[in-house]
Amino acid sequence: MTLVLFVAFAAVLIGCSLMTILHRNPVTSALFLVLAFCSLAGLYLLLHAEFLAMVQVIVYAGAIMVLFLFVIMYLNLKRDVEHGLQFALRRGAGWLLGALLLAEAALLVGRRWSGGPVTQTAEALPAIGNTQALGQVLYTRYLFPFEITSIVLLVAMIGAVVIAQGRGPKVGATEKPNS
Amino acid sequence: MTAALDTIPLAWTLGLSAIVFVIGVVGVLVRRNALVIFMSIELMLNAANLAFVAFARSLGSLDGQVFVFFVMTVAAAEVAIGLAIIVNVYRLKETVYVDEINLLKG
Repeated sequence: MTLVLFVAFAAVLIGCSLMTILHRNPVTSALFLVLAFCSLAGLYLLLHAEFLAMVQVIVYAGAIMVLFLFVIMYLNLKRDVEHGLQFALRRGAGWLLGALLLAEAALLVGRRWSGGPVTQTAEALPAIGNTQALGQVLYTRYLFPFEITSIVLLVAMIGAVVIAQGRGPKVGATEKPNS
Repeated sequence: MTAALDTIPLAWTLGLSAIVFVIGVVGVLVRRNALVIFMSIELMLNAANLAFVAFARSLGSLDGQVFVFFVMTVAAAEVAIGLAIIVNVYRLKETVYVDEINLLKG
């Protein structure tokens, strides 16, 4: 049952990822990416990472993709126009490099070590829930990185405001703008 | 050992992660819309997250999931900054196609 669900979620994930990069309309790409993230959350559930599945849906499919869609609609983008010899050449080169990378990945995954340590796979899961266990690890061993992430978020917030303000006349500047 | 029946093989998950990562790489190389390139970068980050979760499951440890948590935080910050930059560039150049944006050439 788990394997069937895994294959189904994997198929949805690969299909939606391909549609994301192939579709000409950015809005449709973003919506396919939302679907891909939701199927990835299903995969996390199958891998017993319940907290991450919820965070995946809330943060990625909820917050980040809404931000994407908001910017796409703010910029009023139309369908991409990509034809001509130059774009065909670039597309061919891109797919060729992708195929090379995939072959390399297949070579690596095909090695024996990628099966992982066999002895530890059947280890019993902790009796407490995944969220509680993750919180305990996060607030004890990873407390310092956890606090650093708050600074990262603060810097991103300030940076986004400053960058999006643009190069126009400052609101609080001493000299009056000429316009 | 009853859990071995419904355990997903590690190689399958790693293969899926590799495929999604390659799709992201191809998206960055092929497309010229900066927003779609950003979405492809998100795909690559998520492929790495999937590999983290797969290894955490296989090793029976929670450290991989903690790293996924941090990666998600950094991804959120990166998207906020990147979209702000794209909006700013669109104001300056009226385009989001990366091959028409050559601000450094003077």
